[in-house]
Amino acid sequence: MASVERQSVEVDIVCVGFGPATGGFLTTLSRAMQDPETQPFLMSKAMPGMPLQVVCYERADDIGFGVSGVVTRARGIRASFPDLEPGEIPNAHEVTDEKLVYLKDPVGASRRPKGVKGLDAAMASLRLLGRSKYQAVELPYIPDFMKKDDGLVLSIGQFNQWVGSLLMSSGMVQIWPGMPVAEPLIEDDTVVGVRLVDQGTDPKGEPTDAYMPGMDVRAALTVVGDGPVGPVGRKLDEHFGMPEDHHQRDWAVGMKVVVDLPEGSPLQPGAVFHTIGYPEPEIFGFLYVYPEGVASLGIFVPSWFDSPVRTSYRYLQHWMMHPYIWRFLEGGTLRSWGAKTLQESGRRGEPYLVGDGFARVGEGSGSTNVLTGSGVDEAWTTGVQLAEGVIELLKEEVPFTRENLEAAYVKRRRESWVEKEGRVAEKARDGFQRGFIAGFIGMGLSGVSKGKINISGPSRRPYERVPSLADYYEGVLAPEEVERVRRETTAAGESLHDALMEAAGWPVIPYDGKLLISHQDALLLGGKVQAPAGYPDHVVFLYPSVCEACETKLCIEICSGEAITPGEGGVPQFDREKCIHCGACFWSCTQPREDDPERTVLEFRAGAGGLHSAEN
Amino acid sequence: MATGFHIVVCGSLVPDPLQTLEPVETPSGPGLKNEMMLPSVLDPWAAHALYEAAHLAGSTSDSKVWLVSLGPKARLQQLMMNIAQKVPFELVALDGPAGGFTDAYEVAAALAGAIEKIDGLDRSRLLLFGGRSSASRDAGVTMQMVGERLGITDQFLAVDKLTVQDDGSLRVLERIEGGMYLASGCEGPPAVCAWSTGELPEPPNNPQVGMQNMRTIMPALQQAQPAAVGAEGLDFQKVEVPQQRRDTKIVKDVPAEEIAREIVEWLRS
Repeated sequence: MASVERQSVEVDIVCVGFGPATGGFLTTLSRAMQDPETQPFLMSKAMPGMPLQVVCYERADDIGFGVSGVVTRARGIRASFPDLEPGEIPNAHEVTDEKLVYLKDPVGASRRPKGVKGLDAAMASLRLLGRSKYQAVELPYIPDFMKKDDGLVLSIGQFNQWVGSLLMSSGMVQIWPGMPVAEPLIEDDTVVGVRLVDQGTDPKGEPTDAYMPGMDVRAALTVVGDGPVGPVGRKLDEHFGMPEDHHQRDWAVGMKVVVDLPEGSPLQPGAVFHTIGYPEPEIFGFLYVYPEGVASLGIFVPSWFDSPVRTSYRYLQHWMMHPYIWRFLEGGTLRSWGAKTLQESGRRGEPYLVGDGFARVGEGSGSTNVLTGSGVDEAWTTGVQLAEGVIELLKEEVPFTRENLEAAYVKRRRESWVEKEGRVAEKARDGFQRGFIAGFIGMGLSGVSKGKINISGPSRRPYERVPSLADYYEGVLAPEEVERVRRETTAAGESLHDALMEAAGWPVIPYDGKLLISHQDALLLGGKVQAPAGYPDHVVFLYPSVCEACETKLCIEICSGEAITPGEGGVPQFDREKCIHCGACFWSCTQPREDDPERTVLEFRAGAGGLHSAEN
Repeated sequence: MATGFHIVVCGSLVPDPLQTLEPVETPSGPGLKNEMMLPSVLDPWAAHALYEAAHLAGSTSDSKVWLVSLGPKARLQQLMMNIAQKVPFELVALDGPAGGFTDAYEVAAALAGAIEKIDGLDRSRLLLFGGRSSASRDAGVTMQMVGERLGITDQFLAVDKLTVQDDGSLRVLERIEGGMYLASGCEGPPAVCAWSTGELPEPPNNPQVGMQNMRTIMPALQQAQPAAVGAEGLDFQKVEVPQQRRDTKIVKDVPAEEIAREIVEWLRS
């Protein structure tokens, strides 16, 4: 496209993405802007005489759309809100009970390698399973590093709305949802702001009559908190590279529902369940009980679940129907549904945290702790740390250079509990490279030894782990049967996993129209998914010939919204109106680029729309 | 002498219609389950009015648009983050309920009172815009009553198109039964236009418009006066939402006529 004239505006600080990290940053900064002691130092250079001009652009159509239920110790959050009453935030409650539950396979279709079968047998021999009609064992011990018994259950959607409301009412910052940021503006290795997405284009990005070029927002400091699959963070990684030995190879997609529990539910607000073992050993589950008979529950499907047809939605339904879980859910009604990617490399996936003109916070900055299963509190705290550093630099009247941001922000982060616990967790999941049992034991060893003892494994990129369909179903389905199913589903324009799972013995889901509903109904009834017109497609298959030759097309199977489907000529097709921006396609793509083995041929760009539910 | 319009748009929020809306009885009367958690959108009919107002103001020099919104202050604040990026306006906020269980008479009184207090509003140039009805619950009478309270006798209550003639008079197309339009004319403002659909699509988000609007929005929200429009004394005998029946079918490359035929068959069944 020929160069176009763009509007440009200058502010002091521009933030990308409104999640917990940016919430922590803006909360801390806006308080200082109202504090008579610090306020004189926090004046605008972009608009002399005015307070610091701070704007935040959020991709989703409203703040709080498309995130998740969490349980968190909330140390950082409580440090920011010492008098926090959970009742102030809808769907928040103190943790009242916490259980770690091993789920046996009640249908006989779960892939249980020898080690897991041994674990099943060990449980049975202890007569633990035999005692329970619910095919599960409530483990008597939860390691300290996992415990959240002093914490909170939260809907991050509601928490973000609450924080956003406080921020907006302060009048100190502006938060603009529905405005995706396309990329950072980089001049001579200095980030000088961001470019917003073009509007009024066709799906390929070509201008229509309503074309409006994305505005350039220039700022002395760009705060990047756009999450694990955010385009600005990834463009920075492409430009500046990653620190030595750092890489982002461990991912998961968390898919969840919010449910009105049936009347008379025995579950009490604040109850927390973590599950392991089912529907596949690699898939963990969670159930958090909110006040007023509502629960948030779901599963995590990780990149180290070596399946060429991994699907989240189908597995979520089987997990919900496990007798241990179903006894709580039967008779309930789905309120909301959604999914998001988690960057599970943790500190090992940490990019350059700062550079000239920019700083990174939150999950995309590698703050998630995969050992403690905690990310929100860490993200919030990194935002607070950056704000404290920024206030310090503004007081000293020094520019936002890499050196200054290192001293003011990174040093704070390195000295904090986020870093200390992140280092303990750094190798905690390496064992999963060797299988579920090794991974599970490795996590335990890392946690108990505080990171001194770990089970290591070869670090493999997600696409290096994906077996062929024939290998995956060896001993379960004949190769001819797999091929037949593949031909039929491709001809019908459908994904493979449903047909293959049923052929492999997974029962058909008995839809009830209330809680067990079709995937498309989950989009409409649960996620309320939609996309405004006039934006380019944000999922792009860069080299169609590569996709055409791809045998697995895992992007189709993992797609949380069935937005990617088999297309004519073998190249998947993308339907923007169904995309929930979880980003699972991006890390599940099995085709590396020739010029960069850490990247694949599926590009995930900035895009508008997605989930319209704030209850997640 | 100024010739532009002073356009006041009455419009507030409704729960996002994509959400699951479940009426419940609350200590303060009927309401929606988890109402404070539900995302809100600008009432669709009022949105048409706002976009038409901004378009008219943009094409008529020396014009200005005010948006008078009655709703819970916190929810209005959130709504403004979305609609403030769409078109330029100055906000007048009233803090009160907007959940569909309000009394149109009281709402009209509060809106008219707020409009009368707008500083610099030239009533001789006033075009009062709003939705013909509300997506939450409304008898379609509020705009008429606001107009009456302001003494505006030229009222058009189902407007699809407004054209300013060369002589400054207004030509209005109103929707009537049978898929027909009623064409009317009046000499000019003041007039009431309660919009049906208008002709304009939702404008794209414009960050500069948002930043410009926000300079007046936050002070307006901070100064929002309480408005008692909660239908005190009214007794709601029964509240229910329309029954839904859903069937989902995914189709590709099917002509619109075929889809329409299937939908008709489905409705008949």
